Amino acid sequence: MTDLGRYQDPLTIQRVLHATGTIAIVGLSNNELRASYFVGYYLKRHGYRVIPVNPREKEILGETSYPSLLDVPVPVDLVNVFRAPDALPAIAREAVEIKAGALWCQFGVINEEGARIAETGGVTVVMDRCLKIEHARYVGRMHWLGFNTRRITSVRAGLQ
Amino acid sequence: MTDKLSRAEQAREFGFETRQLHAGQRPDPNTGARAVPIFQTTSYVFEDPESAAAYFNLQEYGNTYSRIMNPTVAVFEERVANLEGGAGAVAFASGIAAQAAALFTLLQPGDHVVSSSALYGGTVNQLKHLLRKMSVELTWVDPDDPDAWREAVRPNTKAFFGETIGNPSGNVLDIETVAAIAHEHELPLIVDNTFATPYLCRPIEWGADIVIHSATKFIGGHGTSIGGVVVEAGTFDWSNGRFPVIADASPAYHGLRFHETFGMYGYLMKLRAETLRDLGGALSPFNAFLFLQGLETLSLRMDRHVENARAVAAFLDSHELASNVTYPGLPGNKYRPLVDKYLPRGAGAVFSFDCAGGRDGGQGLIGGLTLWSHLANVGDAKSLVIHPASTTHRQLGDEELRAAGVGPGTVRLSVGTESVEDLIWDLEQGFARVAATIGEKVETV
Ligand SMILES: Cc1ncc(COP(=O)(O)O)c(C=O)c1O
Repeated sequence: MTDLGRYQDPLTIQRVLHATGTIAIVGLSNNELRASYFVGYYLKRHGYRVIPVNPREKEILGETSYPSLLDVPVPVDLVNVFRAPDALPAIAREAVEIKAGALWCQFGVINEEGARIAETGGVTVVMDRCLKIEHARYVGRMHWLGFNTRRITSVRAGLQ
Repeated sequence: MTDKLSRAEQAREFGFETRQLHAGQRPDPNTGARAVPIFQTTSYVFEDPESAAAYFNLQEYGNTYSRIMNPTVAVFEERVANLEGGAGAVAFASGIAAQAAALFTLLQPGDHVVSSSALYGGTVNQLKHLLRKMSVELTWVDPDDPDAWREAVRPNTKAFFGETIGNPSGNVLDIETVAAIAHEHELPLIVDNTFATPYLCRPIEWGADIVIHSATKFIGGHGTSIGGVVVEAGTFDWSNGRFPVIADASPAYHGLRFHETFGMYGYLMKLRAETLRDLGGALSPFNAFLFLQGLETLSLRMDRHVENARAVAAFLDSHELASNVTYPGLPGNKYRPLVDKYLPRGAGAVFSFDCAGGRDGGQGLIGGLTLWSHLANVGDAKSLVIHPASTTHRQLGDEELRAAGVGPGTVRLSVGTESVEDLIWDLEQGFARVAATIGEKVETV
């Protein structure tokens, strides 16, 4: 059994959210009703540079889509994965090769070997978590719709 | 960046008493207000046309219109969700509206529901008549009989429904067992946790999938406001093939597949964006504020309610004019093992007993009380009393009355937080009147 708790630490998640500027989304769909499109749209809205990685599309969300991570011409801070779990080891190898800061695997994208490859290569791993939800939890407005953010703090944050 | 992270949040499991004060709310970012501001507004100015579209498309969490969401109501929703251990919550204008919406979201005509028969009378009416109007079939089961739940399941069954502590006869639901039977059949268990509150029992921890509250009762705690809330655990697989209403492309939301797109939040999104939008029944921000005030002291009040309820139940149990005291926390009560398992801090503060003298006796007792309030509610800090056969359960036939555990002389109590000796003194006044009435009858015969 994979110890998922290791890859879901709140402090790591907050650090990754704040350290990231450019996000490559592997498996981003061009169908606006798919979860990956919701996530990509949301991240773009919140000021991240989103780079689609999908060999079947030319452009998604107004951004050029690349066939693989190795084809992306700019530095990538975070690789966000919407693919079947067994695709993860290959993606993790590419994430290490392009020196991405972190590898973020969405709900259900759980693969121990992929996580190990990334970690050994110095890439931080978050697994079985949704990037949109975690952003909305710590930075965004998830609390506006009655979701349980589990946050407890009396610190006053800035305007939102 | 380091600045922002210097006060980043740790993975701490905060205690219940901390969460009843803080969950769902942070100091207002604009003003610093420490109390929850009452956002008494119908609607919200959009930043720009793209943002407006994103909110309506559910691509971004945003406020549009207070029938669907409101920042004060949202604090209440998140706080209840947090205390119950759910993924989120949606609030409604009443407990009954919350129940209707929870069911409406997962049902369609031709479906079937299995429900405990030991429920609040208003819920019995709702399930019996409202579901029939929606062409949904219903089977009542004895909640204490696991085989009855199992045998009632049909191919078109969509949910199990029960109350943690049944109103008014105090049946304690064996949540873990009934949830396991529901899950064997890939069905969700819906539990009305009104009488226990999340302080005394958290049904999700025992396998329940949806928890409902009439916030009108102990959550508000002061008898000021009507409201309700639905919490969902976020763990049920709505894509298991039984719930095309949630899993398939929704014609009411331009083809969105709620469970696929929102995952563990799919049911809650649909509950809000479709059911609340279309049935209305939104909670007012002011009532949400009052419920939040109530939640801040929930544990303190519940401990006191339980302490007083135990003392009143023990008094009645030894009184010659009272019988059949249904407080599940009494030592000899048949639900005591379930209380020890599910309600270790106490079995709440609502129960009934049969007053000597039948219908006249019950009404006579109430007529003799001067401190207990005679009214149709429970869960107020003040002690309340009612005679169900002539009020809350009046619409039920004899058979249904018996199934709900109500007899002609049954009196229901909601024990408040007053000085307990005053509550017992008042009941003694009532019994003196009953004794006199019964005595008179004997003389005139
Ligand atoms: C157990 C229970 N559930 C639901 C309800 C309905 O709640 P409301 O009156 O807030 O609509 C009540 C009200 O008495 C209740 O006692």
